[in-house]
Amino acid sequence: MKGLFIISALGILAMLAEIFKFKKLLYPIVLVGILAAYVTNFMEWGQNNMSITMFNNMIHFNDMSLAFSGVILITAFFWFILANDYFEQDHVTDHFALVLFALVGALMLTSFRNMTTLFLGIEILSIPMYVLAASRKRDLASNEAGFKYLIMGSFASGFLLFGIALIYGATGSFDLMTIRSFISHANGDLPSFFYAGVLMVLVAMLFKVSAAPFHFWAPDVYEGSPTVITALMSTIVKTAAFAAFMQLFIIIFGGVSQSWSMVLAVVIALSLVVSNITAVSQQSVKRMLAYSSISHAAFMLMAILANTRNFGSINAILYYSLAYSIGSIAAFTVLYNVSKAKNSSNFEAFNGLGKRHPFMAACMVIAMLSLAGIPITAGFFAKYFVFSVLIGTSFKWLIILAILTSAVGVYYYFKVIIAMYFKEEEIHEEVTMETSHVLLLVLTTLFTIALGIVPNYVIEIFS
Amino acid sequence: MLNGIPINFYIMLSAVLFIIGAVGVMARRNAIIIFMCIELMLNAVNLLLVAFSTLHNDASGQVFVFFIMAVAAAEVAVGLAILSMVYRNFKTIDIDLLSRLKN
Repeated sequence: MKGLFIISALGILAMLAEIFKFKKLLYPIVLVGILAAYVTNFMEWGQNNMSITMFNNMIHFNDMSLAFSGVILITAFFWFILANDYFEQDHVTDHFALVLFALVGALMLTSFRNMTTLFLGIEILSIPMYVLAASRKRDLASNEAGFKYLIMGSFASGFLLFGIALIYGATGSFDLMTIRSFISHANGDLPSFFYAGVLMVLVAMLFKVSAAPFHFWAPDVYEGSPTVITALMSTIVKTAAFAAFMQLFIIIFGGVSQSWSMVLAVVIALSLVVSNITAVSQQSVKRMLAYSSISHAAFMLMAILANTRNFGSINAILYYSLAYSIGSIAAFTVLYNVSKAKNSSNFEAFNGLGKRHPFMAACMVIAMLSLAGIPITAGFFAKYFVFSVLIGTSFKWLIILAILTSAVGVYYYFKVIIAMYFKEEEIHEEVTMETSHVLLLVLTTLFTIALGIVPNYVIEIFS
Repeated sequence: MLNGIPINFYIMLSAVLFIIGAVGVMARRNAIIIFMCIELMLNAVNLLLVAFSTLHNDASGQVFVFFIMAVAAAEVAVGLAILSMVYRNFKTIDIDLLSRLKN
């Protein structure tokens, strides 16, 4: 809970830095502040009997929200190390403030207890992201990405709000716990527009996590945005959106799961097929990672679909989002350095990297293996735990589909590895990497392997 | 019943307004008109919330409307800023011409 305040204060401080001229100090201050938020977050952990509520029960921190906040904060720390260049261009303080306020929104999405804070959290997260996506003012692709993100984001918000209004009409409250007890007391005797509301909220959330058939904006936005912002979108924004999705559909609407589970199953099947098949034909690694993020979203949705009573789904989503965020940060660090040196993010840019920069290539291999779900990396267990919660439900056919499409996935992740080790580069251009990025790669790679070797520490976090 | 009008009528009116807005976002090509259509969707929601709020005799629905208005204003402020930047670079606000990223 204190983490939320610390990050908000940091955001305000970042705006003051422009006036009081301590721009140079801002980067270390933000790093220390995020670590401080992480530490206070960690210290509040485990005091379940005194979970904290604020603002008339609108925000509620329990162990589950603290765990997801922890994932978001640790990813944010890694992201700030990755993005140090981004904060050396113009409008430094604005960029800091925007990212920090987006983080505030992300933390709100882990801890909302009211439809109001859900809506505000999503908007506080999204509006800075629209600006950040378009933050390269002269770059036409960045302009287009920001514009598309804005239109699709506010379109989805419209659906979310209409859904919330219909649910409010049926239950007479915005409070999630009141809605939940209303559902369990109604025994299926709910007005039909309540179900329409639930489905509209579902559609809006599917837009936000970019699942097929609501994914069409994602590849364009991911490709057009500056690379570090793409990394932010595919890690923190995704984790926060899933934390919200899970709270809504496992804890609140779990009682009416018969009305949405079939829709969700179809969406998952579509996302798995569409994303993996389209990713194969991509030329750009950045765009390939966008499609891969759609397929990872489908995996996390499978855990929501399983909807187990005994925290199995929540553990699986937590582990998956941690494994995916850390793996993505590693992949984006390498991609960022390569594309900066070669001015291209295509597969050809990676040619010969294995010979020239064995360390960087090795880290990229681990990241790709983790994203593909090959054993001893975190990604394998992430997928394994999702399957293990889904196997007990009537949606077993999704597991078979997921394994088949993952096999396709292995092909496009290995395209990067093949380019690095088995292809010669045509024009040699030196890829240089800062010490902080080397450290970041070491940290994320060790983290990925450690999560794969001892997964129990995370997976049994709630029982 | 609200003032002698059944609540379903309010739901239908806002649903129709919402659908007009949603279709407008998908069908129109001018970015300004798209923004107007998004506003129409949000205002349909506001209407619905106020109707339900009166039905339930509960003020929180009306408070939510203020939140929506404030956030919509913030969104449009950002949207118009991005739009003016797009216009400076592309010299058009026709979204069909904004498709460099498709392959």
